[in-house]
Amino acid sequence: MARIEIDGRFYDVQDNTNVLSTCLSLGMDLPYFCWHPAMGSVGACRQCAVIQYKDAEDTRGRLVMACMTPVMNDMRLSISSEQARRFRSDNIELLMTNHPHDCPVCEEGGECHLQDMTVMTGHTFRRYRGSKRTHNNQNLGPFINHEMNRCIACYRCVRFYNDYAGGHDLQVLGVHNNVYFGRFEDGTLENEFSGNLVEVCPTGVFTDKTFSAHYARKWDLQTAPSICVHCGLGCNTAPGERYGELRRIINRYHGAVNGYFLCDRGRFGYGFVNSSKRILKPRIDNQPIIAIETAESHFRKLLNAAKSTIGIGSPRASLEANFALRELVGEENFFLGLNDTEHTLLNTIIDLMRHGGIHSPSLREIEQADAVLILGEDVTHSAPRLALSIRQALRNASFAMAQTMHIPLWQDAAIRQLRGNVQSPLFIASICATRLDDVATNTYHGSPENVARLGFAIAHCLDDSTPAPFALSTSEQSLASSIASRLKQAKRPLVVSGTSCSCLAVIQAAYNIAKAIPSKDKQLTFTVPECNSVGLTIMGGKRLQQAFERIDNGLTDNVIILENDLYRRASHKAVDLFLETAAHVSVIDSLENKTTEKAQLLLPAATFAESEGTLVNNEGRAQRYFPVYPATEAARGSWQWLTSVMEDPHWQHHDALTSACATTLPGLATLIQSASVTEDAIAGSKIPRQPHRYSGRTAMHANIKVSEPGPAHDLETPFAFSMEGATTHAPPALLPVIWAPGWNSNQAINKFQEEISGHLRDGDTGIRLIEASGELPWFDDIPTAFEPEPGLWRITPLPNIFGSEELSQQSPSIRERQPLVCILLNPMDAETLAVGTGDPIEIREFAGATTLTIHAQIEHTLPRGLVGVTTGLPEFQSLQAWTQITLKKANPELQDLSEVPL
Amino acid sequence: MEKPLTKNIQPDRAFATLADYESTGGYLGMRKAITDLQPKEVQQWVKDAGLRGRGGAGFSTGLKWSLVPMDADAPQVRYLVVNADEMEPGTFKDRLLLEKDPHQLIEGIIIAAYAIQATMAYIFLRGEYHLAAQRLAYALLEARSKGYLGKHVLDSGFSLEIVLHTSAGRYICGEETALLNALEGKRATPRAKPPFPLISGLWGKPTVVNNVETLCNVPHILQYGVEWYQGLARCVDKGTKLFGASGRVKYPGLWELPMGTSIREIIEEHAGGMRDGYKLRGFLPGGASTDFLLPEHLDVGMEFDAIAKAGSRMGTGNIIVLDDKTCPVQMVLNLEQFFAQESCGWCTPCRDGLPWTVTLLKDIIAGKGRLEDLDRLAGLTRMLGPGNTFCALAPGAMEPLQSALKYFREDFERYIVGHYDEVGVV
Amino acid sequence: MKMQNKNPRIEGLSPTEIQEINAEMSHYEDKTAVSIEALKIVQKHRGWVSDDCLVAVAGFLDMAPAQLEGIATFYNLIYRRPVGKTVIHYCNSVTCWMMGSEQIREHLCRRLNVALGEMSEDGEYTILPIVCLGACDHAPVAMVGDELKLDLTENAVNEFLGR
Ligand SMILES: Cc1cc2nc3c(=O)[nH]c(=O)nc-3n(C[C@H](O)[C@H](O)[C@H](O)COP(=O)(O)O)c2cc1C
Ligand code: SF4
Ligand code: FES
Repeated sequence: MARIEIDGRFYDVQDNTNVLSTCLSLGMDLPYFCWHPAMGSVGACRQCAVIQYKDAEDTRGRLVMACMTPVMNDMRLSISSEQARRFRSDNIELLMTNHPHDCPVCEEGGECHLQDMTVMTGHTFRRYRGSKRTHNNQNLGPFINHEMNRCIACYRCVRFYNDYAGGHDLQVLGVHNNVYFGRFEDGTLENEFSGNLVEVCPTGVFTDKTFSAHYARKWDLQTAPSICVHCGLGCNTAPGERYGELRRIINRYHGAVNGYFLCDRGRFGYGFVNSSKRILKPRIDNQPIIAIETAESHFRKLLNAAKSTIGIGSPRASLEANFALRELVGEENFFLGLNDTEHTLLNTIIDLMRHGGIHSPSLREIEQADAVLILGEDVTHSAPRLALSIRQALRNASFAMAQTMHIPLWQDAAIRQLRGNVQSPLFIASICATRLDDVATNTYHGSPENVARLGFAIAHCLDDSTPAPFALSTSEQSLASSIASRLKQAKRPLVVSGTSCSCLAVIQAAYNIAKAIPSKDKQLTFTVPECNSVGLTIMGGKRLQQAFERIDNGLTDNVIILENDLYRRASHKAVDLFLETAAHVSVIDSLENKTTEKAQLLLPAATFAESEGTLVNNEGRAQRYFPVYPATEAARGSWQWLTSVMEDPHWQHHDALTSACATTLPGLATLIQSASVTEDAIAGSKIPRQPHRYSGRTAMHANIKVSEPGPAHDLETPFAFSMEGATTHAPPALLPVIWAPGWNSNQAINKFQEEISGHLRDGDTGIRLIEASGELPWFDDIPTAFEPEPGLWRITPLPNIFGSEELSQQSPSIRERQPLVCILLNPMDAETLAVGTGDPIEIREFAGATTLTIHAQIEHTLPRGLVGVTTGLPEFQSLQAWTQITLKKANPELQDLSEVPL
Repeated sequence: MEKPLTKNIQPDRAFATLADYESTGGYLGMRKAITDLQPKEVQQWVKDAGLRGRGGAGFSTGLKWSLVPMDADAPQVRYLVVNADEMEPGTFKDRLLLEKDPHQLIEGIIIAAYAIQATMAYIFLRGEYHLAAQRLAYALLEARSKGYLGKHVLDSGFSLEIVLHTSAGRYICGEETALLNALEGKRATPRAKPPFPLISGLWGKPTVVNNVETLCNVPHILQYGVEWYQGLARCVDKGTKLFGASGRVKYPGLWELPMGTSIREIIEEHAGGMRDGYKLRGFLPGGASTDFLLPEHLDVGMEFDAIAKAGSRMGTGNIIVLDDKTCPVQMVLNLEQFFAQESCGWCTPCRDGLPWTVTLLKDIIAGKGRLEDLDRLAGLTRMLGPGNTFCALAPGAMEPLQSALKYFREDFERYIVGHYDEVGVV
Repeated sequence: MKMQNKNPRIEGLSPTEIQEINAEMSHYEDKTAVSIEALKIVQKHRGWVSDDCLVAVAGFLDMAPAQLEGIATFYNLIYRRPVGKTVIHYCNSVTCWMMGSEQIREHLCRRLNVALGEMSEDGEYTILPIVCLGACDHAPVAMVGDELKLDLTENAVNEFLGR
């Protein structure tokens, strides 16, 4: 702690930070550009100048850059001195000499840090009379616009893109006042976190291209706090709507989960909400019907007429929707909708999280790890935001070194140049190359069994009471022991595993390792495929296979399927049979898919953007999302469809459903804390979803109806679909829009944090449902090594950030980034088949009759005997994961195979 | 008068070979250092001698070396880097030393490296100095063949490699931390200090950066001793220095003279005074980034503090002379164009302030200036002053401008009020 | 659809260039440190650094092309456009300017019938400005190829141009 004086007042502050960060934490306004709360100081923009006095007598002081000045006890500072103010306004004037002043046509307008800072410094009059230099822009792909003339050269983009996110293809080019931030040539930005440039850039150089296509000013967007539905990490988002269309997604700060950044799937995946595949009207036997009441009574009729009804839940539906279904059909008729493998893996993971005794960390905690082992995952593709956190964890070794050299940890450039090769160790054992290999200390590629075996060997090296795999190669053995020794030395080691390679032994091996690590502060985290995989599994229910059996046995004739495309879960044959045998199939979902095609009654579900619910992320954190805007036409939240046909009227309200869920299900008991979010938070007045400058409200529907329609009522959440209400009493975690006087950009977040980059005041979103306790015995079911059988291969699904996830797959911009539809082959396998990259190849399921012709691509790191395909692509839906296939070179005359419907 | 730095530079030979160099006592200083003295003692000698850096900032060389962490637990790899990036307009001293007497520099490097126990030294040579590159490369071969470089120098426990790195051109590479980035194959933007290169420099290792001329002084201090060296000077600063003069003087050139030699002596005696038909209007005493001084300052001695007191800096000690027929405003424009072009583009005031300075000066010269532009220029000189920018390039750039505004204000004003034809433009 | 996973431009370096770049590598702690040297080597052999060459060098050094481009465009003496066989760098810094470098430039341009930065019609020359060449006592000066030309006059220019 330190006592410092700023403009004559005294403050007790932390002394491990810099003056800029401290001033902002104290709620003061001090302009900055190159500094970023997550990226530290480099002192380039010179915008944060303040006066520092030598001592109590000093009256002149000295101009210093606040971001580069460490806080020290007894220091005297002035923000408001004339000299400092003048410098700051002159500095902005310089920054603006080449700026095009094109705010009216700039997508950043109204949420622009440059606008805010310019006003803050008082620079309002342009004295520069010279001409402006101009740049050509580049096409950076489907996500990001480039308008270089707006650049003020703060260097944040390249610092984020290269230093923070590990990209390479966006760089600073040129020199003096002709510096240019771009690529070598036109082309898509390669890094999976490129979308953050939109928020990192303090002006309108990098803007959201998908938003531009249907642009609205920030103040014209209706917004509510939301949670990303595109993977299991539960990043917090702020989606914005105008005219019934979801326009964009930006990051919503969370002190423990996503911090300031999202991945590109999370940011650009929203396109599915506006997709033409949306189901907006109920359909009976594929005929659209208009009236909700008709659909409702049909739904009720089916229920009443049924011998018995079963419900199939979904890992991408909210806890409440799943719970409502469970209540509607009864516990014994509730099936989780996971296939056997998923079911087993997730059950094991939940069991380990609850009873394994090892802390399941948040992303923020993961950034504190000082040694990382990833077992069986390419996290950039399976849990993207996690990869960004792991990259930050690797810096801990250089932080430790900096500390010994007395270099403050926020001195970003100094620490990065000091680094040399100092990096905390990262080991990756995966099926083939991953997107973190560039920073890995060591990588290992093998089939899931072999990855698991390496894992068991590592555990054995750490603790020889754990079972060891036999017949390990000497290179595997020595790798295992070197990994083990680095994990042993670490203070805060982290083991990462997950469901990607569908292998129970991998998960078990990960647990053995984590358990065997001596450190008390060790952490174990698992990736899970879907946004509510963990919540659904905690809720508990039967397997999908058992549902199939129920129908097969004729015990049941009515099926309700909640937000679940069963064709993604089980073989086509099995699902076809199931859906055809059932007398009645009702499906509630938001997008058309193969399952909805088969529904006799199809009920349009609202998406995350139009409904509310609770999701539990991979950490075990339950988080609530709220509707951004009312669902259009006849769509409504799945929970509403389900409760509408129930007898108990109490459950017509979402909060009541949440608390029933908490009281009914022991695993979810803590959820009760969030159940009454509506009553607690609002204390009388609602939080407006529309900012106070929301425009056109009285006119925006005038072409339809001249009288101003009343705002839709929201009985379920603390929010109003209007501008009315107040935000002052709302906890920051419930603020739809982050805004503070003078701070129109997302940088305003500093006004709502306990300290810079700390937790939100009044707490971050969510409740951790699980805290580590207990201990489980060693797992000892070690698989034998994988040996490829001549002439046979195994289908190996490899997740991809762009394409694997069901919903974001339907977003047009994501689709542009989808990987080629091809199969990956080891070069030696390709040689025996006499195929090269680009050649067509025929796949035949060993047991079944499915054949498929597709292009081959050589992947050097893929083990022999495996055939890599992108997880979740519709093109591969007919292939069962991990089944054995035969391969044959196909007729090369066949053109454009990937286009051929399969 | 003794001229240790240039004693081997003779009109009848292209450059001093190893034999030439050794014939006047070359490499004896190195022998003394390595065989008789401990590294710390060498540091002390150089500190006591009072040698101050000749690269512009004038930091005590021995003191700099003594700040390098050398305890047992300090990093075992250390680097010495020679700053041979001479690119400050009006400066032409290092080129002479490099081209004419490369062994003097090599001996200086060996001693300096020994003093900080560096086993690797890089000569960061300006890319345009092709002749110097050739001669250095040749001299390095000669020195290596004599056992002065490589493993076990003079059969001692000390080993040293010297790598000659030629730059691809940019004035900012002369700034020592930018230079380190350039050596690492990066963009040459300066680094934040602290950490200073002495603690964390090239590839994060402790690194000393010294100017060519600085290192050329070192062998003589070791060979002839501290007292002798101190006796060379005429002032508190010690030793001799290469002073030069360019512009419309009779005999532009470079001379080795004692520290403290008056500017008058340099311009009037050595440079022969002004060319016929020209009068002295002012001068930049130490290169493009120093403040103008006037004829009234001619009697100031070339010593760090005296020049500072007169309102300028010794800089590189190479004087640029402004005559009465050259327009100071246009001269300043030329200088500012140089600095604007050589700004690395990292910090705002320099990157965007220098081009604006240029625009204002151009407007003024084109008759489009306004009187308030002079206030703007003055404002920019304050804005881009020391401490306000990330490195010293921009403050250096402002020195000639701020002093021109002070001393030659009427020349600026005349353009603005429309009498620019009266200005004696060549 | 044809798939290409390898950029055909990677295979652009000559064995001599590769050998020279490799020789430089031994002097530095890491590969990327030779980036500037490598660009200079390529330029020495080819006169300038084309896009293809840049990509090739980047590939050779395991750098992204953009990363190398950031370096190539920072430094003065790396030419990213074709230049004549001999580049004439005339000094435009302060002393030379004072001593008549503008006239020398005009004369050079007139003689070769080119503007600054252009290549003369016969491909022999390009004229570029350069900062102080460290020969201010012989201003105005220029560097013709690798050679410093001192005390320039129009006649001296005619002489070294041979035209
Ligand atoms: C913009 C700029 C350019 C510089 N150029 C040179 C240079 O070309 N040669 C040089 O020796 N020092 C130059 N310096 C000074 C160096 O940063 C450094 O102080 C010097 O090399 C230290 O050596 P010394 O202590 O032996 O003088 C420059 C400084 C700045 C700010
Ligand atoms: S003052 Fe700033 S922009 Fe100028 S050279 Fe130094 S760091 Fe670069
Ligand atoms: S000013 Fe031209 S060589 Fe020095």
